[in-house]
Amino acid sequence: MSQLSERPEKPVVGVSMPHESASLHVTGTALYTDDLVHRTKDVLHAHPVQVMKAHGRITALRTGPALQVPGVVRVLTIEDVPGVNDAGMKHDEPLFPEEVMFHGHAVAWVLGETLEAARLGAAAVEVELEELPSVLTLKDAIATSSFHGINPVMTAGDTEAGFADSTHVFTGEFEFSGQEHFYLETHAALALVDENEQVFIQSSTQHPSETQEIVAHVLGLSSNEVTVQCLRMGGGFGGKEMQPHGFAAIAALGAKLTGRPVRLRLNRTQDMTMSGKRHGFHARWKIGFDAEGRIQALDATLTADGGWSLDLSEPVVARALCHIDNTYWIPHARVEGRIARTNSVSNTAFRGFGGPQGMIVIEDILGRVAPLLGLDPMELRERNFYRQGQTTPYGQPVTHPERISAVWEQVRANGGLADRKRQIAAFNAAHPHTKRALAVTGVKFGISFNLTAFNQAGALVLIYKDGSVLINHGGTEMGQGLHTKMLQVAATTLGIPLHRVRLAPTRTDKVPNTSATAASSGADLNGAAVKNACEQLRTRLLQVAATQLGAGAADVRIVEGIARALGSDQELAWDDLIRTAYIQRVQLSAAGFYRTEGLHWDVKKFQGSPFKYFSYGAAATEVEVDGFTGAYRIRRVDIVHDVGDSLSPMIDIGQVEGGFVQGAGWLTLEDLRWDTGDGPHRGRLLTQAASTYKLPSFSEMPEEFHVTLLENATEEGAVFGSKAVGEPPLMLAFSVREALRQAAAAFGPAGVSVDLASPATPEAVYWAVQAARGGEVRRDGRTFDTGGEPVRTTALSHA
Amino acid sequence: MVGARITVNGKETPISPAAPHTTVLDFLREQGFTGTKEGCAEGECGACSVLVARPGVDKPTDWVAVNACLVPAAALDGQEVVTSEGLATAGKPGTPPTLHPVQEEMAVRGGSQCGYCTPGFVCSMAAEYYRPGRCAHAEPAEGAESTEDAEHGPNGFDLHALSGNLCRCTGYRPIRDAAFAVGAPADEDPLARRREQSPPAAVATSYIQEGSAFLRKDTLAETLQVLRERPEAVVVAGSTDWGVEVNIRARRADCVVAIDRLPELRELKVGADAVEIGAALTLTEIERRLDGRVPLLAELFPQFASRLIRNGATLGGNLGTGSPIGDSPPVLLALEASLVLAGADGEREVPLADYFTGYRQSVRRPGELIRAVRVPLPLAPVTAFHKIAKRRFDDISSVAVAFALEIEDGAVRKARIGLGGVAATPIRALATEAALEGREWTAGTVEAAARVLRAQGTPMSDHRASAEYRAAMLGQSLLKLYAQTKEAVSS
Repeated sequence: MSQLSERPEKPVVGVSMPHESASLHVTGTALYTDDLVHRTKDVLHAHPVQVMKAHGRITALRTGPALQVPGVVRVLTIEDVPGVNDAGMKHDEPLFPEEVMFHGHAVAWVLGETLEAARLGAAAVEVELEELPSVLTLKDAIATSSFHGINPVMTAGDTEAGFADSTHVFTGEFEFSGQEHFYLETHAALALVDENEQVFIQSSTQHPSETQEIVAHVLGLSSNEVTVQCLRMGGGFGGKEMQPHGFAAIAALGAKLTGRPVRLRLNRTQDMTMSGKRHGFHARWKIGFDAEGRIQALDATLTADGGWSLDLSEPVVARALCHIDNTYWIPHARVEGRIARTNSVSNTAFRGFGGPQGMIVIEDILGRVAPLLGLDPMELRERNFYRQGQTTPYGQPVTHPERISAVWEQVRANGGLADRKRQIAAFNAAHPHTKRALAVTGVKFGISFNLTAFNQAGALVLIYKDGSVLINHGGTEMGQGLHTKMLQVAATTLGIPLHRVRLAPTRTDKVPNTSATAASSGADLNGAAVKNACEQLRTRLLQVAATQLGAGAADVRIVEGIARALGSDQELAWDDLIRTAYIQRVQLSAAGFYRTEGLHWDVKKFQGSPFKYFSYGAAATEVEVDGFTGAYRIRRVDIVHDVGDSLSPMIDIGQVEGGFVQGAGWLTLEDLRWDTGDGPHRGRLLTQAASTYKLPSFSEMPEEFHVTLLENATEEGAVFGSKAVGEPPLMLAFSVREALRQAAAAFGPAGVSVDLASPATPEAVYWAVQAARGGEVRRDGRTFDTGGEPVRTTALSHA
Repeated sequence: MVGARITVNGKETPISPAAPHTTVLDFLREQGFTGTKEGCAEGECGACSVLVARPGVDKPTDWVAVNACLVPAAALDGQEVVTSEGLATAGKPGTPPTLHPVQEEMAVRGGSQCGYCTPGFVCSMAAEYYRPGRCAHAEPAEGAESTEDAEHGPNGFDLHALSGNLCRCTGYRPIRDAAFAVGAPADEDPLARRREQSPPAAVATSYIQEGSAFLRKDTLAETLQVLRERPEAVVVAGSTDWGVEVNIRARRADCVVAIDRLPELRELKVGADAVEIGAALTLTEIERRLDGRVPLLAELFPQFASRLIRNGATLGGNLGTGSPIGDSPPVLLALEASLVLAGADGEREVPLADYFTGYRQSVRRPGELIRAVRVPLPLAPVTAFHKIAKRRFDDISSVAVAFALEIEDGAVRKARIGLGGVAATPIRALATEAALEGREWTAGTVEAAARVLRAQGTPMSDHRASAEYRAAMLGQSLLKLYAQTKEAVSS
């Protein structure tokens, strides 16, 4: 067992416990960025001037009328930027644009004594626009070759030979929607210039170091003049990885120019119309199977809707390509990725980061072709699982492939699937208007940032003379329980009770140059860094204890706050040990660091081993569909998921369940619609509020929901044998979509391939049912009066 | 004169200098009660849920959860509010507070992840915790029949209490576990005891800041007098519609008049030939006080928005705004309801079928108020309400269809069908009614009538549904009703 994965005696990791802030959450006393406004004096409020056109050049911007509005203090425009006018890392995202690139683009910001004054001021700003043609849909972008960024091609084997060897070849197209993050806390920042002339920003950000970097370059300052703190976020899901920077920069610019604290908090509609979302994709594919249903070759082109700027679209597309295989071996593959440039918000990271968009393509294909191959979808999936010694299309050996079938078999057993399939068949035979179906899908998700450099982390651990411990690390808390795990890691490594350890909010002046808390890597990276810092301290303390206990340092253990030498009853309490160490002038603080070993990635060849390991899981979902309306219920979900040896089981189960339901939301309910017509509101997001964009609520949660963590699943390459958990479970929700497809199929004759739009809203399911019945076919199910909505799926043809 | 004030967590707090349009949410946050969060500002997410003491249905006072983002602070003049901070019992300085039983269950079961929605969930859950009708089940007697199903816990907890709260992190399972684990309130629980005392009285309010006014009068006559003088005034009850206008569309009014506590609008009378429902009773009050007496209404209520909205929304409001996609009009049309309109010159009764005249237009004159809704008796024996929406809890209808049929000896004697979402106003499906009346209740009749129903109205395509789906669903709803009546017979 590796040193990184080894657990000491009586570890605090592995103990099931609630979130470290649970008591603060339930009493409403946990503070979020915007809660600090009430504690800060003389705050100014920022309001955006949004231009409600999809594309156009600004020919005039008059701020004078805004300044006449009582309470308006200042209007921030491009003229005010002392540094670089850019809010992104690709230098294609002007903070104050001269060209409106999407409907709702903010071109200026008004600062007011009250939010009401700032709002009225923003409404008074006059913007003149020379309107330009706009590209809104993926279909139009593809037709007009409107692309930007990289155009990677992943190849493995000989695709042509693979097709030549295939018994069955199918082609098809599939377009599926993106997803709004809908973190309950919208984007927020509070900036001030502090007593030391430092620009200090409280920001709801997953990436404080990058927020700091961008604020510094906008203000023309060095990074050592800017500090960013993130107390906690009310949800992030990737939406606060890149998107907070510009908002923080606006607040900081306002604070710098006025000398007063500036608060910027988007309301829900501003957040939804201005910030990026999960990329919707278009896929065109050709797949070949042998006579037994084993995949021989895949040729696919995935086009992501990048929106107006690149943001994270390039790595998102890279990850999509790296996950089109999911749990299936594809010996011959050619997969190309493209990024469409459209006049919409700049799409960004969202839990799974392209992984879901890659996987949905192969899961959709398997779901559609299973009836045509005459195979049960479960059987078809099983036949294609990776086996020992096989590699992914990008050349990484698949480690622990046996876990793909281990979680699958366990889910079949836990869910009593054999019996339930019989019960479902009997139910369906007796109910002409209601059908049930049960589908199982698995997930294999690569863990590590695709870009090797990001796989590093730092921590700062301080022990005070009274024996209390304060830990700082570079990760941010967005509800995923990272801080809980980090407390457990520190207590375990030092050998002390949890209550002696406290965690400070994430700040860029404690740990520099951090990576985003993203890619599910928060606990892996920061946990290893915290562990490293604690190990340095422990090594020093064991030396001190050894002298006190008259033993060799190698024979001393600290367990539950008491140091003992092996074979001796003599004890040294933690507080005494610390006091002694201080008197002996032993350093009681340590900076920890971690870099993930063994990664390599050739961006140009699109080959390498970008991932430290893979996370596995499987889900079985049973649904019931009402044939009259297409409405459905999720009756039962069973999940077995591989989190290695869990650092914190209650937290991990929470991540699995929450990820699953969020994934189910993306695939079934959450329906982003834009006005794609040529009317005056062209480019407007039609579903820009909670009343029109529906998240899963209590009525969508599975009526029965059983999550089991795979046992004896030690991951040698990660902290205390654990695995990442944030993103992979989201993709287990494909089981919901496939169950809906199968239930729709059950209304018709056997052997019919059923297309299902994504999201599979009740309406989409209704049209799928009608198609399965061979009746009224309405394939897109999506056209609406503003016109121009892309056709979501096209007929699958047997080539 | 004592200025307008609200008792927050036991402490009286003046509303001034808040503007009359300032919401309870913003007022609370300004006062430092930052546990109350804004997630959507339109009553959809429940992050701002707080408890309000209201006249009770089974006890003198009920603790009712409402969306603080929708209600103007001035509307709670003289009222008592409890927030998530107020549910916990403060400890000695430096020691943590004692958690409320609801908070304890939410905390230990992993009911919070990011924590942002949590205070709102806690308040909604606490309201259900104190609901007298639930408490009876909380510690069931030995051998008592369990009321448990997918939406009701073994402790009598009705999950619909949380239908207006959204969580983006947990997937809800631990929150359900917490909800289904809470017991009955302890005898000494101060909020449980508060239920036994009279509710805070309605307080006549005249809250005016910078020329803009929020007014509440004691009586209907005085209110009608104000409306005669200021016909431009916005009339609010639960403010569930107006609050959205203020927050999302930035509408401001010089004068807002509250009518939700007028005694003349809060009566519920079950007579020999009609049920008369006060227009300012909340949907929750109607639901609990009718207790299934009108089955079609009982079927409507759980599908009408969320519990948080139903705790404020009224039939008067749903009919008064005249929205074509309100959920009560199709039901009330099928029930052949009429409206009692009160003006300074007296009352008149208008059949609901004659009430709507165009998109958000009606025969109600300026200065008139809906005082009550009359549902004639006897009720049709076969009724159903079919709401087509993306989400089962708390969504807006794509289309809504209400049926009230009299089927005797296998034939349809009378049919009344109300439709929402298919035209500029809610409408009766008169052609379909004609296609059913006098005919045998058979598959043939129903299929023919369903074809007629599919062609009724002029449904549109929008982000909720396509016109084709809407039209299809009209016909499907009748086929489904037929299948259900046949299943009911055969089972």
